[in-house]
Amino acid sequence: MDVTVKIKRFDPEADHPESYWQEYAVALPDNATVLDALIKIREEQDGTLTLRCSCRSAICGSCAMRINGHAALACKTALSRVLDGDNAVVVEPAGVMPVVKDLTVNFDPFWDKIRAVEPYLQPQGAEPAGEYIASNESMLHLSGVTACIMCGACVSDCTVLEVDPTFLGPAALAKAYRFTADPRDGNREGVSRERLHQLSEPTGIWDCTRCNECVEACPKGVAPMDRIMALREQAVNAGFTRNNGARHTSAFTESVGHSGRLDELMLPIKSVGGITNVGAMLSYAPVGWRALTHGKMPPLRHKNVENVENVRRLFRKLEPDLYGPEIGKSSPFG
Amino acid sequence: MLEHDVLVIGAGLAGMRAAIAARANGANTAIISKVHPVRSHSNAAQGGINAALLDRGDDWEDHAYDTIKGSDFLGDQDAIEVMCRSAGKALIDMEHMGVTFNRDDEGKLGTRAFGGQRRARTFFVGDFTGQALLHVMFEQLIKSGVQSYEEWFVTSLIIEDGQVGGVTALEIRTGQLHAIRAKTIIFCTGGCGRLFEPSTNALIVTGDGMALAYNAGAGLMDMEMVQYHPTTLAGSGVLLSEAARGEGAYLRDKNGNRFMEKYAPNMMELASRDVVSRAEQTEINAGNGINGCVFLDCTHLGEALITEKLSQIREIGIDLAGVDMVREPVPIRPGMHYIMGGIKTDIDGQTTLPGVYAAGECANVSVHGGNRLGANSLLDTIVFGERSGNHAAEASRSIPFLPFNEQEVVSREEQRIREMLERPDNGDRWGNIRLGMGESMVGNVAVYRDHQSVEEAIRDLGQLRDRYAQVPVHNKNRVFNTDLVFALELGYMLDVADTIAVSALDRKESRGAQARTDYPSRDDENWLKHIVAKKGEVGPEISYLPVTITKWELEERKY
Ligand SMILES: Cc1cc2nc3c(=O)[nH]c(=O)nc-3n(C[C@H](O)[C@H](O)[C@H](O)COP(=O)(O)OP(=O)(O)OC[C@H]3O[C@@H](n4cnc5c(N)ncnc54)[C@H](O)[C@@H]3O)c2cc1C
Ligand code: FES
Repeated sequence: MDVTVKIKRFDPEADHPESYWQEYAVALPDNATVLDALIKIREEQDGTLTLRCSCRSAICGSCAMRINGHAALACKTALSRVLDGDNAVVVEPAGVMPVVKDLTVNFDPFWDKIRAVEPYLQPQGAEPAGEYIASNESMLHLSGVTACIMCGACVSDCTVLEVDPTFLGPAALAKAYRFTADPRDGNREGVSRERLHQLSEPTGIWDCTRCNECVEACPKGVAPMDRIMALREQAVNAGFTRNNGARHTSAFTESVGHSGRLDELMLPIKSVGGITNVGAMLSYAPVGWRALTHGKMPPLRHKNVENVENVRRLFRKLEPDLYGPEIGKSSPFG
Repeated sequence: MLEHDVLVIGAGLAGMRAAIAARANGANTAIISKVHPVRSHSNAAQGGINAALLDRGDDWEDHAYDTIKGSDFLGDQDAIEVMCRSAGKALIDMEHMGVTFNRDDEGKLGTRAFGGQRRARTFFVGDFTGQALLHVMFEQLIKSGVQSYEEWFVTSLIIEDGQVGGVTALEIRTGQLHAIRAKTIIFCTGGCGRLFEPSTNALIVTGDGMALAYNAGAGLMDMEMVQYHPTTLAGSGVLLSEAARGEGAYLRDKNGNRFMEKYAPNMMELASRDVVSRAEQTEINAGNGINGCVFLDCTHLGEALITEKLSQIREIGIDLAGVDMVREPVPIRPGMHYIMGGIKTDIDGQTTLPGVYAAGECANVSVHGGNRLGANSLLDTIVFGERSGNHAAEASRSIPFLPFNEQEVVSREEQRIREMLERPDNGDRWGNIRLGMGESMVGNVAVYRDHQSVEEAIRDLGQLRDRYAQVPVHNKNRVFNTDLVFALELGYMLDVADTIAVSALDRKESRGAQARTDYPSRDDENWLKHIVAKKGEVGPEISYLPVTITKWELEERKY
């Protein structure tokens, strides 16, 4: 098939370095991948085209880039699936990370964050003489996470990192989960308290906005966002609830579970630990003032929805342990 | 100037294991790799890692025997003994580091069957064992405090008066050349699969370390022993792991017959790789395949097993060939996969060059002899990586730094590279030369080979070398100039290809992966010896070394 590959290029050594688009026409077999096209261009037409690639089989994690606007592995993307009506495909470097040249980006910040989660097993107590005894299920579950090839596709499309570069991000947090969920890591019960404590701090698990982009971008089914949610649950179960994220979640659920709707006035207050947190209360003042002057102030008296008992029944059904006969007492998740 | 007691070149499994060991022994250690460590080719290993665990009723001597027989008796038995004895500890160490090995019902490490072995002793993580091990090794590297030069490409060894004292390296991201001084150097640069086209190997596997060592005067041993893997995917040539057959998959011809009955009635699909690949090639040559392929049939294994244990290769089949192995047989053929040959070392990784070590696929200790058993390579990288690291750290205590003029060394290398960049565009491309080499190697130094075909390869290589001397580099820039890196790699590849072809021409018998149609049987009387290729005036010069035989006697090889 004859295809047009439209590539966003960047040459840092140009007189005025700026991104620009370049189109290449290539002929390829019908089952070719986007990577096949790029390699062919590089080898036969333009030796200056720069990208990372190696294994050609979605295991080395080198070739993540944006294909038609979304992060993917070039070697795992069949051209036939992404060509438009004119047999064209658009290829850009991965997002979030700074571009070095053409389709190569600077992974330094990526690896710094991996390092920040102390990415190695930290068992407490003596090692057994033989292997640790662990269930196959627990290992299979972990293997679903260790299947991560560190390609950076999730980071590329993370909507939080786009605006907040301090966020640890989906790859590093999934890596962290790989340890917190490992029965060999942490104390004798397999609870990695120190890690969960760290991860509950700002820039950690509570900064994810659950946009699901990382789940869609991940070429290996790691589903980083789901791992972040699991981390939240582990952190709260381990008692790390004295942070805005955990309080926010708890207040959110409590409110909906109790009245069937969100108490928008109380939510921010409970999230920061209550009205006594004077600093945080003061920081809300400008927003509060704007809301008031624009007629957006939530009602001072929070009312239940009609038939609130139905909502409560739902909550009881979903989380019988937490909601028992009484509703809204403990702090489950939304 | 950058200075280290131990400098490890290559950050695959062997390299990281060596660096961690050297660091643990107190040496100032650095590791240098042309790609980020986790992008290394060890990633690609799918099936697993062998070890005879005593508490499972297994015996290292059994493992050793299978390995020796697999090697067609060309493996050195002392080295094989070291590997098989150390396997259990190496495996448990990896488990303690955090590898998520599949388990059995009791929660202990689970095994699967692999080719050429009478017991199931292959430990695994789904079908991405290499990736699982590599990432854990990288975790340990982070923990160890080893200095890491990532995306630095070694362009030459610094040698003064026959003594190796460091390397020059191109920092790919900036294009800057550096000299690094080191008391000891450990080559862990992996194999040379890309000399062949197609190959199961990643694009970065270009034999750099073998060529660097060879050009410095080290011997490359048993280079004719090139493993063709029985199950590589039609078209792209990507690997479908032996794990599929280990889990019970069949090989069938176009009529659905399990043709292995004819070639290995006992072990069937799980005979050793050279045997299975030859069987397939014979069937394909006899017209019993379709489009040059026979079939890997997993349809009777069931979706549940495939999802738990073979998910990654299922994905490969779907992505790259549009075939779902749950539902239909996958077209496969023998494909170049591994090189048993490599830089000759002793059991501590020492090469014949003082202070220079090698471990992993680039080395030849020799534990694989004429044919490597599946899942013995990961073991080789870890066992001999660790031993080299230990030994080099110890040795570096009594070795002084080689004095050399950094400026001079770097500008000499810059001059060489400038010359390449300034070549006029004669219309040729390194890509074409590489393809010519790859196709000639696969065509002529194939599963079956003879005098004539190998001579043809040697002729082709000579012509390609002439073209290489003139080939232009199109990208003249500094930053991330992969065009330049590929051109340099091609030089390494041509050197290594020469040694393979010359060795294959020399060995006038059939043993392991060397199947000569003009010398169809094994000839223990004349050829039970290693072939060593050293750089001579006009090309590789051949000499011989005896095979170390301890207690396992020669026998006819039947599966
Ligand atoms: C598809 C596939 C599946 C396999 N499956 C199995 C299996 O199931 N079990 C098994 O035991 N074996 C298997 N093998 C074989 C095994 O994976 C390899 O032999 C082994 O991983 C090689 O490891 P290594 O550390 O020697 O080299 P590699 O992992 O290849 O590492 C080489 C390193 O050297 C660096 N390097 C090279 N040249 C330079 C240079 N010029 N400058 C700087 N750095 C350089 C690279 O960047 C890289 O870091 C498989 C191989 C393939 C191809
Ligand atoms: S080339 Fe390795 S992941 Fe695409």
